[in-house]
Amino acid sequence: MIPASWYLILSAVLFSLGVIGFLIKRSLITVFMSIELMLNAVNLSFVTFAHQWHSVKGQIFVFFVMMVAAAEAAVGLAIIIAIFRARATLNVDQVDLMKL
Amino acid sequence: MHLILFIIFAGFCLAGAINLLLQTHPINSALSLIVVMSSLAVLYLLLGAEFLAIAQIIVYAGAVMVLFTFVVMLLNVGEEEKTHGSKAAKIIGFPAIVAAFSVLTTVILAIQNKLGGVKLSDGVTPMTELSTVLFRDMLLPFELTSVLILVAILGAVALARKEGHR
Repeated sequence: MIPASWYLILSAVLFSLGVIGFLIKRSLITVFMSIELMLNAVNLSFVTFAHQWHSVKGQIFVFFVMMVAAAEAAVGLAIIIAIFRARATLNVDQVDLMKL
Repeated sequence: MHLILFIIFAGFCLAGAINLLLQTHPINSALSLIVVMSSLAVLYLLLGAEFLAIAQIIVYAGAVMVLFTFVVMLLNVGEEEKTHGSKAAKIIGFPAIVAAFSVLTTVILAIQNKLGGVKLSDGVTPMTELSTVLFRDMLLPFELTSVLILVAILGAVALARKEGHR
């Protein structure tokens, strides 16, 4: 038997790594991948709680998160392609028109 | 058995996530993210969520990551340039994530005993139960998601289209 807290801590570690990746990565695509990593980490804790409380709704929620993440990936990558066409770079430091 | 599987695939998860941060080329990061997602699918199986495990493989490791690698190759993205990074990230971001991680871990460890354990003999969630909830109680969100996907497809096509082409 494995304590459920191990799964939750793994989820917390993955989420933190995702946030760190979001902060340190300079390529737009890798920043986007870090967001996917965070979504996956949260999904893991959803599944763990669904298992512990014998509730199916947690799994359903993960299913919805997956669908929304797929839609988000499609639109996000289309935006990345549009940015690359306009700027010919994917460095987040050079796409800072709206930055103060 | 359970412990060995958990340690192996949790290790793969962590190794993949750390490798994602260490790699400078986006294609290497994308491949390590596929490792993370596939190992997460095995962890879902250990938690008895077989439908989600398969959906994770098909949707995440399959569709989403293929999209990522496709875009990396289409744009011919090179190595990441090293820059000084953002000041706000250094001042606010890192302390905030350290604080958030500490709070999360403290809370999880504090309620460790109440959470109980995961056994392989708990069995898998039956598909009938899952689909009953999904198609009866959650029918409206399900239909809304299909509309969302349709909008996302149209949005992606509109955004990625070349300007000035009819």
